[in-house]
Amino acid sequence: MANLGQLERAVMQTLWDADGALSAYDVLPRVSAVDGGKKLAATTVLTVLARLEKKGLVRADRRARPHHYLPTASRADHVAELLHEALGDGADRHAVLERFVGGVSAADAAVLRDLLDRRTETG
Amino acid sequence: MMTASLLAVAGALGALAAVLAAPVPIALARSDWPTRAPARALLLWQAIALAGGLSMIGSLVAAGFALVPFDAIVGGIVFGAAIALAGYLLGHLAVTIVVIARSRRRHRALLDLLTAPHPTRAGTVILEDSAALAYCLPRGGRSLTVLSRGLLDRLGHDELAAVIAHERAHLEQRHDIVLVAFRAWHSALPWFPIAHRAADEVAVLVELLADDRARRVSSDHVLARAIVAVATVDVDGIARVSRHPAAPRGRDRVLRLVG
Repeated sequence: MANLGQLERAVMQTLWDADGALSAYDVLPRVSAVDGGKKLAATTVLTVLARLEKKGLVRADRRARPHHYLPTASRADHVAELLHEALGDGADRHAVLERFVGGVSAADAAVLRDLLDRRTETG
Repeated sequence: MMTASLLAVAGALGALAAVLAAPVPIALARSDWPTRAPARALLLWQAIALAGGLSMIGSLVAAGFALVPFDAIVGGIVFGAAIALAGYLLGHLAVTIVVIARSRRRHRALLDLLTAPHPTRAGTVILEDSAALAYCLPRGGRSLTVLSRGLLDRLGHDELAAVIAHERAHLEQRHDIVLVAFRAWHSALPWFPIAHRAADEVAVLVELLADDRARRVSSDHVLARAIVAVATVDVDGIARVSRHPAAPRGRDRVLRLVG
């Protein structure tokens, strides 16, 4: 049995790959395939969808019966959000993360490459 | 008699606060020994910030005590100022911690969905994107180091080991705690240039500390190569000249290693 985190990934992947909104019953067979072919209960999928909705990652259309679910943003949008935060170039200059190294100016880049090259030759 | 000594204490603490508020941090920021002894410099910055805040509040408390017997209202106002200042600084720290914890939680949730675990390294995940990027997300016992596909493609095995050692040092030495404290101090006193300077200096010092840890597993040259490779990525790999406070010092970090 996959853990909740793996199930969330599989459910999100299914929703991202789908053309439109899906119900838990649409999601079920595709996620079961990910989970080693084991049969999942529809309630499990509904639990996962509810968790994802609480995290703001999916939106439920409750007018439809059964309820249909849509991702709130595409996979690419979420990757962009992560990069944006990691680069620390949002409005909040004091980002929440420590990045390995930021960019340097073109002039500095040339100096540094030159320095490394010379060191490599002598060392 | 009692009043005179209290006023003397208030004056002495006030003078200490004034010295710690400007001349001392300016001298420290200008000196060049911190690049050689970043751990000591980091400790000194923390001592200066803490002692500065406490002496300023202490000075107000002592002055309040001294004034109450003569003028209860003026004494009370000075007391109130001490309490308000302490409350403001502590409240700001608390709010900053909560805000940062919330955005880290959200970041973590997205990472869980979008990254795959590194095949061999524990606590390390891979983000499928062409950007060259490495960073760490501190979170109690479940801290993560994030590496992008673009970074893995651009770095050799040795360089990658240096990057991972650097990020792991941030997590193990809990640099996030120091950084949060200085960021809270800075955002509580945005008009105070020294707080800004201190936050930037501390951000640089933790990078140097992490570099020093990485130097234990990698040669200086390999680490320098990794820094240059990531810092000088072309525009598509989005290194860009970052506004992150430690970013302009990428050059200094390399010069320290191979200069």
